[in-house]
Order: sequence, then C-alpha cells, then structure tokens
Amino acid sequence: MNKIIVMMSVLLLAAGMVFSAGSAESAASGAAAGKAEKVLWLHFAGDAQQKALDAVVAAFEAETGIDVEFEYRPGSAEGENLVKSRLAANDMPDILSYNSGSLFQVLDPDRNLVNLSEEPYADRLLDSFKSTVSDGNGFYGVPIQPIPAGGIIYNKKIYAGLGLEVPVTWDQFLDNCEVIKKAGTVPVIASYKDDWTAQLLLLADFYNVLADEPDFPEQYTANKAKFATSPSALRGFEKIQEVFVKGYINSEPMATTYDNAIEMLATAQGAHYPMATWILASIAANFPDKIDDIGFFALPGDSADSNGVTLWMPNNISIPKTAANPEGAKKFLEFFVSDAGMKAYMSVGAPDGAFAIKDVPVPAEVFPAVKDVLEYVDANKTAPALEFLSPIKGPNLPQISVQAGLALKTPLECAVEYDRDVEKQAKQLMLQGW
Amino acid sequence: MTKSMTKMYSFWFFLPAGLLYIIFFLVPTFLSFFFSLTIWTLTDWHFTGLDNFRIFLTEPSLSIGFKNSLLYATGTSLLKIIVGFLLAAFLTMKLKTRGFLRSMIFFPNILSPIAVGYIFSSLMHPSKGVINTFLGFIGISGPDWLGDPGMALFSVILVDFWKGVGVAMVILIAGIQAIPAQYYEAVKIDGGNPLHRLRFITLPLSRSSINSVIMLAFIGGIRTFELIWVMTKGGPGFTTDLIASIIYKQFQGGFYGIATAGNVILLIVVSAIAMPMYKLLTRKEIDV
Repeated sequence: MNKIIVMMSVLLLAAGMVFSAGSAESAASGAAAGKAEKVLWLHFAGDAQQKALDAVVAAFEAETGIDVEFEYRPGSAEGENLVKSRLAANDMPDILSYNSGSLFQVLDPDRNLVNLSEEPYADRLLDSFKSTVSDGNGFYGVPIQPIPAGGIIYNKKIYAGLGLEVPVTWDQFLDNCEVIKKAGTVPVIASYKDDWTAQLLLLADFYNVLADEPDFPEQYTANKAKFATSPSALRGFEKIQEVFVKGYINSEPMATTYDNAIEMLATAQGAHYPMATWILASIAANFPDKIDDIGFFALPGDSADSNGVTLWMPNNISIPKTAANPEGAKKFLEFFVSDAGMKAYMSVGAPDGAFAIKDVPVPAEVFPAVKDVLEYVDANKTAPALEFLSPIKGPNLPQISVQAGLALKTPLECAVEYDRDVEKQAKQLMLQGW
Repeated sequence: MTKSMTKMYSFWFFLPAGLLYIIFFLVPTFLSFFFSLTIWTLTDWHFTGLDNFRIFLTEPSLSIGFKNSLLYATGTSLLKIIVGFLLAAFLTMKLKTRGFLRSMIFFPNILSPIAVGYIFSSLMHPSKGVINTFLGFIGISGPDWLGDPGMALFSVILVDFWKGVGVAMVILIAGIQAIPAQYYEAVKIDGGNPLHRLRFITLPLSRSSINSVIMLAFIGGIRTFELIWVMTKGGPGFTTDLIASIIYKQFQGGFYGIATAGNVILLIVVSAIAMPMYKLLTRKEIDV
C-alpha cells in the first residue's frame, strides 16, 4: 500500500517538479545576465501599513541595490489556505508575511522556514514576540508592525458630549451604552458581514480570563480547560450576546462591513467598536481629520481591580527554505529591524503602537488612542491574547461568534461548539492529550 | 463484417484518453479515499482510521449542511423545471420577439456565478439595495434578504433560479421542438384545445429532456458552492452552509484529511441520490 502511494505521488508530483526546475533555471540565468538582484515578498493585500513598508523597501533598495518586489495574497482563511498549498508545492517567494502565534505553528516552521536564531539581530527582538514565532529549535520571523492592542476603540467626542467616563467594569460599560442609546447613537458597532470582526470582543476579553484563571492557556492546550466549562472564558460569548440582546448594536449587522464600521466610528454614528489598534492606520488614512477623536480603552471585566489590555503580537516576515534568494532575504530582514529600517518605517507617520524591537522608542507624536494604550503598557497591565500562549485556535470562531452575536444560539452552545472546533485543530497538530 | 469492424480500431486508440482518465480521475479518486483516512498536511500524513469521518459527521454545522443542500437542490430544480417548462412552451410558439426573449432569459447563464453573487449581494442590501429601495417606494418594507437567518437560503435559491432557468429552458425547447407536428394535428382533429396539447402531447413527449433538466439541476444544486460563498459565506453563523461550503471550510482550516473525508461523503451522497433518481425518472420515459 505504502509503495503504491509513494509511486502515485511521485507520478503526480513529476509535473510540479518540471515547473519548479524551470523557475530555478530562469532565476539562475537572470543572475548570470547581470540583472539586479531581486527579492520577492508575498504580503497581505490591502495592509493598512503598506505605506510604511514601502518606505522601508525604498530605503533598503537605496542602500543595497537589491530590488524588493511585492506579491499580494488575500488575508484571513483564504490567504492562509493559499500559503499552505504553496508551501506544499514548494512554490514560495523569498519573504513571507504571516500571522504570529497559533496560526504560525500550522506552517510547521522547522520544516519549512529558515531558522533565524543565529542572526545578529536575534537579541534585539522582545522575547515575548520571539516566543510566538518559535518552536523548540529557534525562532523564524521578525515583526513587521507595531504591537496591536485589542479592546474597545471609541469615539471621544460622543463621550465628551454625553459627559461619560471610560468604564472599568462591564456593568459600567453597559450603563454607558444605555446613555448613548438614549441619545440616539449606536452604542456598539457590529460588522458581522466581515465575520472575523465578530470574534474581537471575545479575543480581547482574554486579559480578564487570565486574571481569573492564570493557568488557563496550559490547561486549555492540555485538553483540560474548556470554554464551555470555564466561567471566565464563557463570559466572552456571553458579552457578545449581551450587547445584541440589550439592543446596543446597529441594525443590519449582517450587511455592515469592517470599512462601514470604520466610517461609523469616525463620523460618530457609532460610539464603541470592539477591535484592535490596527484599525487606527485605516481611520487615519480615510478620515485624517477625525483620528484625534478616536480613543481606546481595555475591554472591561467584571471587577474594577483587574482592568488591563489584551495584546496581539505583530505579524511577521520569515524566509521559506525553498527561497530562490535567501541571502538577499536575510539582508532585508536584518535591515528591517535595524535603526535605519525603523527610521524609514516611521518616516511616513507615527506608528500605531510600540514595537517588539528593543531600543526603538515610540515618538511623542502618536495618535491619542495609541497614548491610551501606552498608559496600560507603562502600568504593566497587559496580557497576550490566547492565540499567542497556546498553539490551538479553532478556525470557525468567526462564525460561532456571529451565532452568539445574533442570539442564534446560547453562549453555552456556542462555547461547546467552539471547543469541538478547537479539538480538530489540536488533532491536526497531533498535540499530546487529545 | 462484425469481426473486421471490431478490429478496425486498435486498442491503442483508447490509450491517450484512457491515460488521461486514469491520471486525472481514477488516481485522485483512489488517493482521496486513502487520504480521507489520515491526518494530512499536504506534505505529511498520519493514519487515523475512520476518525475523520466521525469528526465530519458530528460537525455541528453538518446536519444543517445536509438539510440545506437538499433544500437548495430541491428548491432550485423545482423552480427551474416548472418555470423553465412554461417558458419553453411559451417560447416555442410563433412569436415575433421569440429570439430576443430566449436570449434575454438565457443571458444570466453566461455570467460568472461570482459576478452574479456580488451583484445580488449589493442589490439585496437591506437598506441601500435596489430591491428594497423599490419595495419601499411601493410601500412594502423589504426583508433583510441575506442577513435574516430564516430568509438567506431562499434568497440565494432565487438567485440561482434566475441564473439557471435559461439552461433548463433551452434544453426543454430542444425537447419540445423534437416532437413531430402530426401529434399536435391529431389533437387538433380530435377537437383538443391548446391546454390539451400541452397536457397530453408536450408534457409526456418532452419527458426525457425534463428528466435531464431535473438531474442536472438537482446534482448541480447538491454540489453548488460559488453563489452561497460569495453571497453569505454560509452565514449568518452556519445557517446557510451547504455540504460543499463546509468541505471548503475544512480545507481553509488546513484540515485536509477531514476535507477529503467530506468529499468522499459528498461523492457517496450524490451517487446515492442520483442513481435511484435516474432509474425512477427514466422508467416513465416515452420514445418519440
């Protein structure tokens, strides 16, 4: 049986090899003909940070003479699928952009990516970031954006107009929503047409889960803790449902997109948007005169004593083992995290958060919302999101969150469903205890 | 004579087509049977027995998927066959604008389902869409076509019907035109009216093309994917998930083994429905 499978696979892959051999040859002949050295970078389409990346690329090209060429792929699950298929077909560029944390583990970094542990800049990166792009053998990626923070992005003008204060408990948050609703504004923006946005409320609630159950990530990875049986984790689904049941979200949530939400928030049609700070660059780009109205506060928990922000880890770039020009790619990664690279990154505008790179200070002129985040960071009231503490994240969380958000199912049913979704991922990764 | 006929074409003529069939159809089919029994990462596999089938069949959204796929296939094929037949009967009459009307009705079919999906997503927007704006104009408040969990699947069925009724009509027109004129004359001589002609001649004698349409529409409906993916992505939640969109989601999640198991199940379901259906339908066919 085994032999037959191998033979058949060889037969099928033969065609693929012809192609890859062809491309390798053309790359070699290109270099021989004396063309400029080139590095191909597969990146997310429509990245809000694109301008900053372009600036880094321009600075790199000026310094080294190596051309960096972008190739774009869709975001979210569609793009992840594309990367996985291309990895399997050995059809990879020189530089790959990807999420850090649990999604990164699925790429099987040790097998597919170049280990960067020996690179000179290894010590420049924060350990908390490196752990999200590592396995037992080393780390594989460098950060390409500031550290995003998840919580409530809110319109300060509405708060000032109604005399509201930033809430530190969930009940205070609901009270504020009630006031905003009575004033005729949408309290919480729900953009469930882009279903990935529905899960942010739950994901950003993780600081509160961790405050309650510090060992939740380990227990969860070991198949001992569940969303359905952990009261604080279940709160996430309950909160998504509560804002719907109380009538705090906008009408037509299934027709509202992420871009609609940005407009609603910036133009004060909606007061709160559960989201992460990567939204700020988009607001600044589309509504430059409104970005100063936008603030941030941590997703409130049930107790005022524990009030802190859930941090994401920045997306990263790595070098696939099959890269045609790994040396050029290595040079680029080194340049990116160098002082010159960071200077170029910030030359197009203030960053929307702190960097995961040591000794890169955040400039004084940042968006007000970023200042709000940095206050939590300086007070050491931060915790990483679950997907950076555990290798497993169920792929259906967006749809399950929408179910909770439209009260199609009870929070408990949603939690049970999500636990099953997680089980699939754990089995796929062949984790112990599943 | 017969002997020389069979020898005229050598067995080797079979080879090019046969080889392509084996490499691109039989080998992948058997490989998929194998990979459906493994945890598969495209580069690595690990044998797990029937676990993938257990996971797929207990997937909470799958019971919805089966129900929705059946509803979708039945709904679209019923609509296509009934409306398609009436259109075909109407458009085989001697009308001046016959050609124009035929092309108008067939036209949506040459559009890509993705484009149709995007167009209708925008037309069906609850407050800014053309459909609800129009309904509001005549005093009806339109539903949230794609956002209401009870409504979304039927909206997509309607769009699929709009897009696919042209093909049903063309096949039926061909069937109706193949009916010899003397049968109609016979009815006329016996004093039958046009309704009699439709009921006793056109309907029974175009049975074989009706069957083709039912088969095509039903199987197409069972394995349909593009429209639902563009218009609802299976949402809100999982309420409009079809078997094919569930399988696609497993691929997206990187669960290649589970997704392949889903495809094997889909193959079995389609064959299990299509074969008896074909037998049942062809039993009543009448040769013209």
